[in-house]
Amino acid sequence: MTEVVTEPNVPQQAERRLTIEGLCKTYGSGSNAKTVLDGLTFDVNAGEFVCIVGPSGAGKTTLLKCLSGLLPPTSGRACLDGEAITGPPEKLALVFQEYTRSLMPWLTVEKNITLPLRNKGVSKRERGERTREALEAVSLADSRRHYPWQLSGGMQQRVAIARALAYQPEVLVMDEPFASVDAQTRFELEDLAQRVRAQFGVTVVFVTHDIDEAVYLADRVVVLGSSPCRVREIIPVNLAAPRDQVRTKADPAFTELRSRVFELIRKG
Amino acid sequence: MKAVSTRLRSLAVELWLPVLVVVVWWFWSGSAGLQFYPPLSEILVRFQEMWLFDQFVSDVLPSLRNLLVGYTLAALVGIACGVIMAQLPIARRALEPIVHFLRSVPPVALVPLAILLLGFGPGMKMTIIAFSAVFATLIATLDGVRAADPVLAEVTRVYRISGRDRLLRVTLPAAAPQILGGLQVSLVIAFVVMITSEMLASTEGIGYLTILAQQTFAITDMWAGMLLLGLLGYLFNRLFTLAERRILHWHTGMREQAKTA
Ligand SMILES: Nc1ncnc2c1ncn2[C@@H]1O[C@H](COP(=O)(O)OP(=O)(O)OP(=O)(O)O)[C@@H](O)[C@H]1O
Ligand SMILES: [Mg+2]
Repeated sequence: MTEVVTEPNVPQQAERRLTIEGLCKTYGSGSNAKTVLDGLTFDVNAGEFVCIVGPSGAGKTTLLKCLSGLLPPTSGRACLDGEAITGPPEKLALVFQEYTRSLMPWLTVEKNITLPLRNKGVSKRERGERTREALEAVSLADSRRHYPWQLSGGMQQRVAIARALAYQPEVLVMDEPFASVDAQTRFELEDLAQRVRAQFGVTVVFVTHDIDEAVYLADRVVVLGSSPCRVREIIPVNLAAPRDQVRTKADPAFTELRSRVFELIRKG
Repeated sequence: MKAVSTRLRSLAVELWLPVLVVVVWWFWSGSAGLQFYPPLSEILVRFQEMWLFDQFVSDVLPSLRNLLVGYTLAALVGIACGVIMAQLPIARRALEPIVHFLRSVPPVALVPLAILLLGFGPGMKMTIIAFSAVFATLIATLDGVRAADPVLAEVTRVYRISGRDRLLRVTLPAAAPQILGGLQVSLVIAFVVMITSEMLASTEGIGYLTILAQQTFAITDMWAGMLLLGLLGYLFNRLFTLAERRILHWHTGMREQAKTA
């Protein structure tokens, strides 16, 4: 293989960005103990787009919370660039599943997005610029002076995404971020996610319950099984990049992959 | 045009009873000739003579100053302790029992001790006002901060919002509805304690003049004092509500949104 034929999105020498080794998480203790994650092991390369799918209640959110340093694992560990994650890392941003509740209702859309940047030492001018760009990227430029509760659910979700984009993380972790937008917006956001990854080389960990979406976006799909949650299979997706809503989804390889993922999930 | 007429109508609905009371009071007291119910017209004359502005500086200002200092102190200490107790479990465990004990002591019961320790001066009044008023705000802040949505706490952690930003832009706003509820109760308590402390132990102030008037059978003066206290109480509450509406506009908006959705 010569250096010419690499896919643009996958770095040639895969550098590990996230490593998850034997990650276990048990909620509660004693008789109430509930093991949710049971020895997950996989890694995510720098610049890679990994989608995580699994049945509802499997433990996807729990996994993301361990990755973003919000929850300490019971055993095993998650590392970012070789360092164990013990608290929220600076180069990571998370789009919460509860997007409505993750926005501050007392701040305008604009202020919600700039708030995390203030502590990051981003100059005022750049804060404004990043906010404008992020809002344009999610087509919400006109809503920047609104309050979150004045917007529809899908718009709020896009604000939460814009906040993560403006933060310019190296690792972007998203928990079902496109769950409540209409189909058209969803396709636009999927393509936005692709562009962001291609443009900034961000590493993306993306939870979704939509199998089409997972296969369409991912370089690899991690399929989780439930109770307790284990990695059922990791499926590489070698579809040509950049992907296209019509062309990629008409590709027989795409159809085959999605049936495979579907089968795996159905078997639970 | 329509807006003006609805405004007028709602004003009329609000005002008819107070106006009726004043009118009935005016005519009834003017003709009754009872010793304890002097004519309203005379009360108003005394009101004007006493408060506008002969005794304004000597008595009204000290009262208001004590109230303002005591209340501000209560608000600051209450919010600060409430936030600290909400965020430090050890502080909460150490202080919660004593807070609940102290807040159930009727503030007026402390006046004798306060006189012994602090004398009759304004310092004693400010202290006792602050002490009485602090607990409502403290407990409301404690509850408000603790009841805040845990998702927001996670957001602040992930996005590393810390220090002043976290306090002023996340913690306090999230608890603001409860804090303001507490501050309003504190204001009422502070006002009541301001008056009682002056009635029990003072040589100046609106409360002092009012009780003095009663003790010297200057019934009209007593009514003028009561009228001023009533008006001030109403005024403070109105100002508070206005400020609250501004601070919590997002909260009101959000609730209305939820109702229509
Ligand atoms: N704080 C907690 N304490 C106890 N149990 C919890 C807690 N959080 C989650 N769980 C349990 O852990 C399991 C996994 O939850 P999690 O939210 O991670 O699932 P999920 O895969 O994200 O589900 P969904 O697809 O519905 O979002 C669930 O059974 C849930 O009840
Ligand atoms: Mg979830």
